[in-house]
Amino acid sequence: MQDEPTPIELTKAVADFLRSDIAPLISGHQAFKLRVAINILDLVTRQLTQEEGSDAKEVERLRALLGMDGTVTELNRALAERIAKGEIDLTTPGLAEHLWATTLDKLAVDQPNYASYKRELERGE
Amino acid sequence: MIETELSRSVKRWCKGATGVTGAAKLSGGASQETWRFDIVHPDGPIGAILRRSPKGYGAAPSRAAGLAAEAQLMQLAFEAGVPSPRVMHVLTPEDDLGTGFIMQRVEGETIARKILRDEEYAAARPHLARQIGGILAGLHRLPKDKLPALRSRGATQEIAEFERDYRSLNWPKPVFELALRWLRDHDPGPAAETTLVHGDFRNGNLIIGADGVRAVLDWELAHLGDPMEDLGWVCVNSWRFGEIDKPVGGFGSREELFAGYEAAGRKVDPARVKFWEVMGTLRWGIMCGGMMQRFREGPDHSMERAMIGRRASETEIDLLRLLAPRGS
Repeated sequence: MQDEPTPIELTKAVADFLRSDIAPLISGHQAFKLRVAINILDLVTRQLTQEEGSDAKEVERLRALLGMDGTVTELNRALAERIAKGEIDLTTPGLAEHLWATTLDKLAVDQPNYASYKRELERGE
Repeated sequence: MIETELSRSVKRWCKGATGVTGAAKLSGGASQETWRFDIVHPDGPIGAILRRSPKGYGAAPSRAAGLAAEAQLMQLAFEAGVPSPRVMHVLTPEDDLGTGFIMQRVEGETIARKILRDEEYAAARPHLARQIGGILAGLHRLPKDKLPALRSRGATQEIAEFERDYRSLNWPKPVFELALRWLRDHDPGPAAETTLVHGDFRNGNLIIGADGVRAVLDWELAHLGDPMEDLGWVCVNSWRFGEIDKPVGGFGSREELFAGYEAAGRKVDPARVKFWEVMGTLRWGIMCGGMMQRFREGPDHSMERAMIGRRASETEIDLLRLLAPRGS
């Protein structure tokens, strides 16, 4: 077991420092690059916070859908292959719900401000 | 200094020109650069843009039409009254500037978010969707016998090409697989009429002023194909920049786009437009994957490129909204 602070806390501390102390000091293209860097750290923080829980739920849904076991990567590969072969499609019970849940979890990490994502959240799960 | 070569060049083909000033690089990857500069002239400065591949970077990527073709298309568009910069000079070896061309600089805004939010464009915005319809009709009517040599791509070939690109990423994405199946099931086949297709006509590639669209840029993906492709691509959600209820670039409705197109004497096939919107959404998603791959394996280890890789999921939610809308 590693010591603390946790990676989430450390990453967040760096992002906050860059945002509050460094961003006001620079301008132009470097300021643009810094914004990208801060966005990356924020994304990493969100992923570290959410990934474990969302992956566990994804694996659970994939097992039920595919009737097999495996890692989240293996199961995604298997689902992709079965869709490609036409063995699973939108008429398969649970597929649409699974893809929606998985995609919403990805957007929550990648782009929580993306307009389509915010619209779907308002709609409720 | 690039100004030395540019000065020597302009003196040769621009009557009265004595040199250039203010050369500044606007954008550039390894193989293609855009520069702005002013031609010094007794009648006053002339704003100009250089698009070039530097020496040693002659080969264009496989999908690109090439800078010579781009110059020819922009000039044709300009002559036909499609908003486009006038091409002033196509580079020759004695210019010593690589390959490419010099065009007149059109003032205005290309940054999509500014066009969608700034007060300056408020009066123009409600008219843009319809205006874009008219411009696309003009573009699709450019005389085929005057076009440069371009690759020809129909729906069936594009599906196969995107599938190959996606599989080469080795990036299992169930939503992309679903989209590929949908595209194959809804392949409209060859278009009734093959025309010039711009290939990247969208908010972000248009110069816009308070009076509307002033120029269509970035012709590098031009090809021959189904004209409905351009109408579908301009509606892809990623090019609405948050204005998701206004499909045409965040400006307006499909109905306005279609009305502008038909008022200019061409017919719209809405089912084909929808097909190309789905195709376009997947296309941008696969391009995001390509960015991730180049970030990982290529020389461009930039943060921006890495983050574009993380934009693939935006196309997944948009594909689901198109193909499996909730609550329906």
